[in-house]
Amino acid sequence: MAERVGVYICHCGSNIAGTVDVEEVARWAGENIKDVVVSKDYKFMCSSLGQAMIEEDIKKEKLTRVVVGACSPHLHEKTFRTACKNAGLNPYLFDMTNLREHVSWVCNDKEAGTAKAKALIAGSAERVKYQQPLEPSYVDVHPATLVVGGGITGLQAALELADAGHPVYLVERSPSVGGHMAQFDKTFPTLDCSACILTPKMSEAGQHENITMLTYSELEEVSGSVGKFKVKIRKKARYVVEKDCTGCGICMEKCPRKIVDEDFEAGLGYRKAIYTPFPQAVPRTPVIDVENCTYFQRGKCKVCSKVCPTNAIDYEQQDEIIEIDVGNIILATGWKLFDCKKVPQYGYGRLANVYTNMEFERLCNAAGPTGGKIVMRDGKTEPKSVAIIHCVGSRDVNHNAHCSAVCCMAALKFGHLILEKTNAEVYSFYIDMRTNQKQYEEFYQRLLEEGMHFVRGKVAEVTDAARNPDEQGKLIVQCEDTLLGKQRRIPVDMVVLMGAIEPQADAKELGLKCGISCSMAGWYTERHPKLDPVATMTEGVFVAGTCQGAKDIPACVAQGAAAAARVQGMITKGKVMIEPIVASINEEACSGCRICNNLCPYNAIEFDPVKETSHVISSMCKGCGTCVAACPAGVITGAHFNNQQIFAQIDGVLWDAKPAGGNGGAAAKAAEPEPVAS
Amino acid sequence: MSEGKAKGKLAVYWAASCGGCDISTLGIDTKILDVAEHFDIVMWPCAADGKVHDIEKMADGEIDVCLFNGGIRTSEQEYMAQLLRKKSKVLVAFGSCASEGCIPGLGNLNDKASCFKTVYHDSPSLDNPNGVEPQPVTEVPEGKLHLPVYYDTLKTLGQTVKVDYMLPGCPPESDRIWDAIVAILENKLPEPGSVIGSNTTVCDECPRKREEKKIKKFYRTWEIEVDPDRCLLEQGLLCAGIATRAGCGALCPQVNSPCIGCYGPNNGVEDHGMQLLSAVASVIDSEDPDEIDAIIKEGIPDPVGSFYRFSLAQSNLRRKNKAGV
Repeated sequence: MAERVGVYICHCGSNIAGTVDVEEVARWAGENIKDVVVSKDYKFMCSSLGQAMIEEDIKKEKLTRVVVGACSPHLHEKTFRTACKNAGLNPYLFDMTNLREHVSWVCNDKEAGTAKAKALIAGSAERVKYQQPLEPSYVDVHPATLVVGGGITGLQAALELADAGHPVYLVERSPSVGGHMAQFDKTFPTLDCSACILTPKMSEAGQHENITMLTYSELEEVSGSVGKFKVKIRKKARYVVEKDCTGCGICMEKCPRKIVDEDFEAGLGYRKAIYTPFPQAVPRTPVIDVENCTYFQRGKCKVCSKVCPTNAIDYEQQDEIIEIDVGNIILATGWKLFDCKKVPQYGYGRLANVYTNMEFERLCNAAGPTGGKIVMRDGKTEPKSVAIIHCVGSRDVNHNAHCSAVCCMAALKFGHLILEKTNAEVYSFYIDMRTNQKQYEEFYQRLLEEGMHFVRGKVAEVTDAARNPDEQGKLIVQCEDTLLGKQRRIPVDMVVLMGAIEPQADAKELGLKCGISCSMAGWYTERHPKLDPVATMTEGVFVAGTCQGAKDIPACVAQGAAAAARVQGMITKGKVMIEPIVASINEEACSGCRICNNLCPYNAIEFDPVKETSHVISSMCKGCGTCVAACPAGVITGAHFNNQQIFAQIDGVLWDAKPAGGNGGAAAKAAEPEPVAS
Repeated sequence: MSEGKAKGKLAVYWAASCGGCDISTLGIDTKILDVAEHFDIVMWPCAADGKVHDIEKMADGEIDVCLFNGGIRTSEQEYMAQLLRKKSKVLVAFGSCASEGCIPGLGNLNDKASCFKTVYHDSPSLDNPNGVEPQPVTEVPEGKLHLPVYYDTLKTLGQTVKVDYMLPGCPPESDRIWDAIVAILENKLPEPGSVIGSNTTVCDECPRKREEKKIKKFYRTWEIEVDPDRCLLEQGLLCAGIATRAGCGALCPQVNSPCIGCYGPNNGVEDHGMQLLSAVASVIDSEDPDEIDAIIKEGIPDPVGSFYRFSLAQSNLRRKNKAGV
């Protein structure tokens, strides 16, 4: 039976009608496209009147298929699907043609725009006839949530959810939660003590009845899908039994092995082989660093075990795999610091008094290795002048194109702390001063008044090769001052490099485990950069904080809370709809060649070793079509995007194309005699 | 056509093909006598007599089944395809040449002029001092001599006339031919227009162990020592078995030789080469475009011949652009 297709062309005010003769497209479609029984244009199809028109026609004209030519399906596909559904037509028997982004907004020739609109409408009208009714499915949402990353973002997300009464698993890779924020002394622009505002959240999370804190643990494997993820977590051996340890710290005190702390103290301080990263660590339970522990390396020592009052040391402890069920996952895995050695001209690692921003944070920190005294590498001399170099590894085509967002403000904070604590002159070498959040510009003004020197220009080199007696024994910052328009050499005692915020080295790997993608640089990709910043293309997986892009603490906290709010919405709703636009494998025809097995970006394909066939877990499939295109046997079908539908659409779009000589497609399959003349 | 009924009429014909299909048909061995019991063989140039003018005199549809192997390269082949179509109730595109063009179809990378140039002028074994080429019409004292016209493009049988069934393979395996004959005799043919064969690929019949695939380098067969138990593609041999219809029993992979795709694509696949290419491309183990280019260039020096060895004429590419682009 022939389908009865209704075609509706939206003016979108003048958005479409300004460049496309919409009346002509509607008239043409009604007269020329087979099976089109209704074809209309209307000012705003998305208005309730526009929708009512479709609903009425479906009932009165007995439409079996609907095409709407309007804006992007991202905006209104759902609107029109609902209209179809309201009128009793399966919503998947509708197709939306994007006449705005694909035609009117990218074209200013009305004739050409109208012709293209006709072709696209013809494509949709041909395709829609082959569309099949589909039914979405629903799964229950497990009320527990996995939060990966125990920095400020993860803590915020975990606390929001836990306070709302939902169970949370908070997984942190290092021995304590707290993240980078725990390393800072002050936070800009308010200069409140970082630890003072962070540690209450850490201990609250540590004690919260709804939070299961898994520190020194990493995400091993994620399977399942939104509502019902199964997650395996590797809880690394601490060699200290958590339930027995009281956190008294005597083991750390007595441990004879002292090691440079490359992580928390950024190489400026020491820790023991059994340690917590910092005194306020949560949990208080220390871990043994096997690589540096005398007992593990040489077989004797066991001092920690001897001094432990509760016998909590267990040298035989093994990594443990914990399996949990969660409904949603929030990734808040944070960032890592750019390796400043990659900019050799700034001398980091070669010139003693060149510091990274994280080293300088520790240097300023009252709880840091110098007790907050800003001194040079010799441990006692106060610098008389300090240069702060911005954008080291940021805004640099050789390293990272992005702006790290926080360095300008952190540099100003450093400037303030140096001016406050020392008598040094402070120079900031900046490209552009970016202080565009609340109270930030005011802070900049404050530093101008406090007497920090600002030199606008990218530093060419930091060197200890003096050219005159004034430069002797100094670090010379060579730079073009672009405001003065000349080269300057400024001798200083100390240089601080504002290293870039970079994605974690294993961000991509973790993203793959959770079925989400990264930008080329390694930032997690949000569902929509403006309208959906914490969701991802994988249902039930959210991102928050710096793993999504460089940002400051207030933005991280806001995103952590936003992700938690999204998850709460899912939990409250209780059920989640699974789009029926998924791939499926005809298992009878599948030969088990396994080409598709490692292609799925959402891990939705499973191989059954007994049947020797592969199958798609439809609740995990996003219908991207990767496997459909790759299946060499052609036995994977993408619902809503099968060959018949796609070829029909192509034939429709090419409605006016003459069959070209020697090409393929439906036309070439038919017998077509070649002229005998040769 | 069960016992007791009048014998049916069977025609077997060959066009642009090597003759392997006929040999494979004879490979059904003594069962050929069963065929003769059920059918009058009205034409089979390779094995029995039969004249074109006898066929021309037949009523339309008088032949019950015609098994037509070979592609259509000349005017004569085209005429025979049209004639046999008209006279046959069921026309089977028999084997790879008739179904998808096969090796003769690779001639579509050239045209008549360049084919003739190679064959009649450039071949080192030639002795053709006057540069003579075959002519459709030659005047001799006795009158005019005619030769079939050689076309620029090889077409499949299906591109020339309407075909009812296709039997894949180069050549189709004798056992599969017998299966098809039994299906004809028992009237158990599938939907008209379909391929008589299985609906899965060679991997299904291949005993090798398959795992997830990631390919860093492609090898030619002589370049590596093959692990006899592991999937050939995983070892870097461009095995077309993943994309090729089952039916042969995975003969080649079982003797360490990668499948070259002679059984054509599986049901529902529009373009065999494209499907194979798409699958192979998706398991190349690199994210770096330059490295991917290098892997393909070094390992697959003849992409058309590798991916479209049997199916170029039938594919969406069909032939090299005549302008030579």
